[in-house]
Amino acid sequence: MAKYMVLIYGDAQQWDAMTDEQWKAHDAAHAAFAAKAGSQIIDGQQLELAPTATSLRLGALGQVTTTDGPFLETKEALGGYYLLEAADLDEVLSLATLLPEVHASHSGVEIRPVVDHG
Amino acid sequence: MNDEVVAAVARAHRRDWAQVFSTTAHLTRDLDLAEECTQDAFAQALETWAETGIPDRPGAWLTTIARNRARDVLRRESVFRRKMPLLVADDTVPGPEDGLVDDRLRLIFTCSHPALSRETQVALTLRLVCGLSTPEVARAFLVQPATMAARITRAKKKIAAARIPYRVPGPDQLEERVGAVLDVVHLIFTTGHTAPIGAHLVRQDMVDSAISLARMLHLLMPTDAEISALLALLLLNASRQATRMSADGRLVLLSEQDRSRWDRQLIVEGQALLTDALRRRPPTRYALEAAIAAVHAEAPTWQDTDWSEIIGLYDALFRLWPSPVVDLNRAVAIGLRDGPRAGLDALTPLLDDPALATYGYLSAARGDFLRQLRQWPQAVTAYEEALTLTDNDVERAFLSERLTDVRRHLR
Repeated sequence: MAKYMVLIYGDAQQWDAMTDEQWKAHDAAHAAFAAKAGSQIIDGQQLELAPTATSLRLGALGQVTTTDGPFLETKEALGGYYLLEAADLDEVLSLATLLPEVHASHSGVEIRPVVDHG
Repeated sequence: MNDEVVAAVARAHRRDWAQVFSTTAHLTRDLDLAEECTQDAFAQALETWAETGIPDRPGAWLTTIARNRARDVLRRESVFRRKMPLLVADDTVPGPEDGLVDDRLRLIFTCSHPALSRETQVALTLRLVCGLSTPEVARAFLVQPATMAARITRAKKKIAAARIPYRVPGPDQLEERVGAVLDVVHLIFTTGHTAPIGAHLVRQDMVDSAISLARMLHLLMPTDAEISALLALLLLNASRQATRMSADGRLVLLSEQDRSRWDRQLIVEGQALLTDALRRRPPTRYALEAAIAAVHAEAPTWQDTDWSEIIGLYDALFRLWPSPVVDLNRAVAIGLRDGPRAGLDALTPLLDDPALATYGYLSAARGDFLRQLRQWPQAVTAYEEALTLTDNDVERAFLSERLTDVRRHLR
């Protein structure tokens, strides 16, 4: 078994513009995903959107600087994640295909294997 | 004797590499180690066969040597290896056909996994399934061997770290995955059939690799119609190989080829495969392309070509696979049926297609119709354009000759 991080990206404006009806369908799809993945989901959360983000990095004078906003300014922002346990990538691919973000034109997911330090 | 051994090892390399490597990889669950052991086995064959003679079943001999060597290494390095990410090979998942799944099939699907880029899929397939050396693969891609070595290393790391499984995909993913494998094989063939750059029209090693891959797939999954169709397409195209160039190395167009020298055996085999594919399911992209190739193969002369049939097949192909290149070929076929004026008219809307803006065959096709219409200045411009867009020396020589020819009419 291995762990995979499924990072959900999308256009925040499009998420904001969704109607209650659309959110209902969206949540139902996540529930269907969760039912299928079952105990393979180690963790999964929706994140507050990018404007709420705070970033820390080294400034020009060698001091740690706090900035308002996400680490990378991109149109598609990180909106949430799942940490999954799976036997192999194919298993993750067939589970992640169930996520509603994969079926909307402005969003999608990135799958990253978690380093196994044994 | 020595020449005989060298030839036998070369033959085994062509025929048995995939079998030796894939079964060794299943044992080691480490592609690098499997590569090392497979190479060692072939090196040892050169020495041992010279002394003891060529074994009856070279593939089995090589597999045994490679796997024994792998076991030795695994025993020695077991502690170290336990820490490395291993290839995921799950034997409990049944393959598409009942019974034993051939390791070659596992390997082919792993190399063409959709989590790898198309370029990487092709490179890995050539290296690991066809057994081409890294410099040979680099040459196919026109990159430096070091660049290709780095790309292949990265890909193998991803396969291990992301756990891309060493497995034939389950029924829910099979069709899509077979599609990716076939696209890889087709790309290898087209790269070889008309090399995009260089001194030679044909890269024979690519053509041979693609055909043997398609044959291997057909052998392993004989009831898959799309595989049969692709193999048919490759064989029908390859049947014309000997006549596509003249003895002095010049391009010979389909209309001028000596049809008596087409390979009848390949044509018959291709036709049978295509018939079988069409019986199993409605025509797919490769089946339609094979059907077009079959119409050419069946025409006794260029004049006898059934252009209406070909246009109909291109129409059907465009509905399935709407590529501007299909549109272009259809327009050319219209010109060949209805005359150069009609052909030119059919090509005109394609001039605005950005996907064809750097496609030399569009300019060359226009040049040919304009030449037949005796519109010399326009024909000159079209051939000049085609020349700047073509990097294959044999095709360039052909276009230069045409250009000189039409220029002569200018004054």
